[in-house]
Amino acid sequence: MADYYLKLEDLSVGYGGKPLLADINIEIDRGEIVTLIGPNGAGKSTILKSISRQLKVLGGKVFLMEESVQDLSWRALSKKMAVVLTERLRPELMTCRDVVATGRYPYTGRLGILSAADERKVEEAMEAVHAENLGGRDFQAISDGQRQRVLLARAICQEPEIILLDEPTSFLDIRHKLELLAILRRMAKEKGITVVMSLHEIDLAEKISDRILCVNGEAISHYGRPEEIFKEEVIRELYGIDNGFFDPCFGSIELPRPEGEPEVFVLSSCGTGIPVYRQLQKENIPFAAGILYTNDVDYRLARLLASEVIAEEPFREIRQETLERALAVMKRCRRVINAGVTVGACNRRMGELVRAADLPEQR
Amino acid sequence: MGGNGGTSEDRKEKGRNALGREDLRRRSRYTLVFAVLLAAFFAITVLNINTGNVHISVPDILRILFGGSGEATEVNIIWKIRLPRILMAAILGGALSLSGFLLQTFFENPIAGPFVLGISSGAKMVVALTMIYFMGRFHAVSSYTLIAAAFIGSLVSIGFILLFSRRIRHMATLLVAGIMIGYICSAVTDFVVTFAEDSDIVNLHGWSLGSFSGMSWSNVAVSAAVVGVTFLFTFLLSKPIGAYQLGEAYAQSMGVNIRAFRVTLILLSSILSACVTAFAGPISFVGIAVPFLVKRCLNTAKPLVVIPGTFLGGAVFCMLCDLIARMAFAPTELNISTVTSIFGAPVVIFMMLRRQKGR
Repeated sequence: MADYYLKLEDLSVGYGGKPLLADINIEIDRGEIVTLIGPNGAGKSTILKSISRQLKVLGGKVFLMEESVQDLSWRALSKKMAVVLTERLRPELMTCRDVVATGRYPYTGRLGILSAADERKVEEAMEAVHAENLGGRDFQAISDGQRQRVLLARAICQEPEIILLDEPTSFLDIRHKLELLAILRRMAKEKGITVVMSLHEIDLAEKISDRILCVNGEAISHYGRPEEIFKEEVIRELYGIDNGFFDPCFGSIELPRPEGEPEVFVLSSCGTGIPVYRQLQKENIPFAAGILYTNDVDYRLARLLASEVIAEEPFREIRQETLERALAVMKRCRRVINAGVTVGACNRRMGELVRAADLPEQR
Repeated sequence: MGGNGGTSEDRKEKGRNALGREDLRRRSRYTLVFAVLLAAFFAITVLNINTGNVHISVPDILRILFGGSGEATEVNIIWKIRLPRILMAAILGGALSLSGFLLQTFFENPIAGPFVLGISSGAKMVVALTMIYFMGRFHAVSSYTLIAAAFIGSLVSIGFILLFSRRIRHMATLLVAGIMIGYICSAVTDFVVTFAEDSDIVNLHGWSLGSFSGMSWSNVAVSAAVVGVTFLFTFLLSKPIGAYQLGEAYAQSMGVNIRAFRVTLILLSSILSACVTAFAGPISFVGIAVPFLVKRCLNTAKPLVVIPGTFLGGAVFCMLCDLIARMAFAPTELNISTVTSIFGAPVVIFMMLRRQKGR
């Protein structure tokens, strides 16, 4: 037995005979969640469609264990692989249960009549996505979040070894995004189902995936564990971000900082500065922040948003020179905002800075 | 996930109970619809035999049909004229509706149908040309030749529509393309009819407007055989048709061989509409209105019930329309399309309005 489940070997994919991406070589283990990220039109869907045989591959092979997907019959493939597609589905007069039940297709007889065992599988799949009380509802009359869960139930019901999902979280609000991803996570880990999907939300991709595949429109630029991929430069380069920041620690995205000489000096610690920074950024006022320990949450954001940050190494007393640097910057600012500072033994010099700010002649 | 009331076990239990109830409700609905359709079928059959220029009472009908005795003219009217005509209306009406249902599935478009897409007109054109040629040469034309001609005509029209549909996926544009094809074919037909010899025209004129009159038992036998076999094949395709209702990509992921399936679907619907056109000429709106109404009544689109339901519904609808065509302005007979349009077109308009609202 091979030690991987899905393998893409020298795969080249594209539309109308023209390769969009070539020489893709990747191995994915059973039960792993692999997420494709990258800008719009980079070829994430093209890769997924080529794996599912919806699109003819232009070269190379897709293997499930040792079998080439291209050599399997449609029926055999349908017992191994299920899909959740992006296109909006508008089936007429179908209840959610009808939609889920279509997942049993590969297992039913000539006329597609469900056995009692099939009915049970349908119920189980609906329970797995918490959609058991949607059964009798018209599929067109439910919300996007519910619809996506029902489509996932349909795929689960097909009892596949691998599920491919093309942007399953689009159209969903944050609660439903989390819910859907939690279900996928559980499914992958409990049932050993391999999940390959594309996501636009890189912050969520970082948190749910075992591996990340970066598709940049010309090639697979990176493939690896999230911690290897979610670095500021990688993401910046992948999406060509020149108008904002990506914070790999929280997977959050920031708008560009106000440029120029700092006009405001923000005194803060332990997160009190964050709302002030954001407000100043919205009003496009360049600001300086300090004195921040580099392990302070304020520091993580100030680094991205402030035009100048006066920082100190963590767990040590603030040095005199750092204080003087802060005082010098403060002098150049027309205003000082004290967002709330906790002063203790190590950062007693911070207290001096606050007092200096209060002296009228300093302003 | 929470907040829906009750524990997850409660909800599971509720889900299962709902499943049972829902299943029961569905089954009784199907039974009711089929019972009503069957009852209507028999009632209209009797009414159809019963009424006409010569009125024949119900006891007489039963005696003639099952006892074999009765007044010679009445026996002749029933056996030679009315009965084959009714059966033909039933068979062809069913075929037409089923053909519509298949085309709607194929194009993922509820307004698709053999008449609207110009398929009937294409068949009509080739049949007219064949008729004129064969009549001129041999003074006779067999029903098989006509079916073959209509089949070729249907395929030519569908070929054009497929060519268009590859480029345009928009519903309205596709319909316009179909209507244009229909006009071109009708123009060609009118052209050859205008220049055909008089004896041919008599034959062609009534037929090209659509009518169930003048059907013989041999016509009934041929169309019953063709439509019967096609119906059976279609019914056996219920499962992939059901998968296809979720769209091509999903159907493929469930194991449907899409290419083979699409070809089969087009061939089946062409055979059905070809058979209708060959015998009764082009008939409008039945292919759209009946599947729509039947699906609403059954409250499902499951092919396993919709296929027989549509067939039966189409039969009842056409028999009723034929009765009206015969009787409304007796002794003058209306074209069957005149009647089907009056009932069918409003249904289509209603469908459009509903779709618009659904968006």
